[in-house]
Amino acid sequence: MAYLAGFGAALPGRVVPNREVADLVGCEPDWIRDVSGIEERRWASNEETVVSLGVAAARDCLQSAGVEASALGCIFVSSGTSPRRFPGPAATIAKELGLDSTPAIDLPVASAGGLFGMALASRLPGYTLVVAAEKMSEAVLKPAPDKNTSILFGDGAGACLVSQHAGPLRIIDSILCTDGSFADDLQLPLDGSLMMNGRSVILQATRKLPRVILDVLARNGVAAQDVAEFIVHQANLNLLQRVATGVGVPIERFYSNIARYGNTSSASVLIAAREWFAQARLQPGQRVCFAVFGAGFHWGSLLAEAA
Amino acid sequence: MSKRAQILNLIREVTGKEVNAEPDESLFESGMLDSFALPDLVTALEGAFGVKVPDSDLNPRKFDTLERIENYLAGKGA
Repeated sequence: MAYLAGFGAALPGRVVPNREVADLVGCEPDWIRDVSGIEERRWASNEETVVSLGVAAARDCLQSAGVEASALGCIFVSSGTSPRRFPGPAATIAKELGLDSTPAIDLPVASAGGLFGMALASRLPGYTLVVAAEKMSEAVLKPAPDKNTSILFGDGAGACLVSQHAGPLRIIDSILCTDGSFADDLQLPLDGSLMMNGRSVILQATRKLPRVILDVLARNGVAAQDVAEFIVHQANLNLLQRVATGVGVPIERFYSNIARYGNTSSASVLIAAREWFAQARLQPGQRVCFAVFGAGFHWGSLLAEAA
Repeated sequence: MSKRAQILNLIREVTGKEVNAEPDESLFESGMLDSFALPDLVTALEGAFGVKVPDSDLNPRKFDTLERIENYLAGKGA
């Protein structure tokens, strides 16, 4: 039996309001809010890297769970914005945590990577740390800012400790899916900026996210109305509203911080989980459902309940 | 009512706009249909014409013009 033992997050200090992005790409700030629900995001400085953000989120997570890094049996690091082809950030993050032999594995899965890491970790013994760290600003601002993607993305990192011993949330079940038919519709080429066919992404996500949520609930005999909170990849507020409609619950059940951070890709679901967990008053048996969708396309869901 | 008129009515319903498109005019490029109205239109087409659009067919190009939508529905036997 696996548990979610704690969450962590780290965000760059610089807040970038819509006005600044609007001036950069030539649009109105209100248009950004209307099409995405985003009001500001964080963009990292040159000194803030995927590794430094990931390490900060990892330490926050371990501290909140009261677990030493030396207790970890494995680390997964999800990032679609690693600055080099290999090694990925996992090895350096493990080293910064003081580990010199613990396996640290990269999951270059982009937006779905945080939840994929959690689900994979639930199948491993002992403690597994899942980190998701992204510097999306580099992916959308270089070589030149693109209006349709630059407005959406932010930088940040999240983390989750998965334990076979104990934790405040028990993992009930998870579903992971991949369909490479639309792999070209959302990609970050080796030498270039993020390419996104927004129509295709939204068309697929509005179908797949509600379905994968309802599937994990149905096979565990849980009604959507009996889930206390849905913590879903923070891609776009309009998308979250459609997913809520598809699942059949009010949007208020969907945790959202996209107005403050934008889309932080794989980090978003873990940053949201960290914030939600910090203010949640968990009652035993209370259910929480996580879900993600992103490049690949990869998508999935994870159902947990308060222990 | 013709199939084309039915499709136009569905587009008007999901967008709330008074849409009048040429058969080969891009609904996206003309601003008649946006990214979030498209999933609603596909759902409306499924209901109105009794077809099931599988995920593998969820390609925006298939729904970019009235002609393409008509052709897609014809291919599904609707």
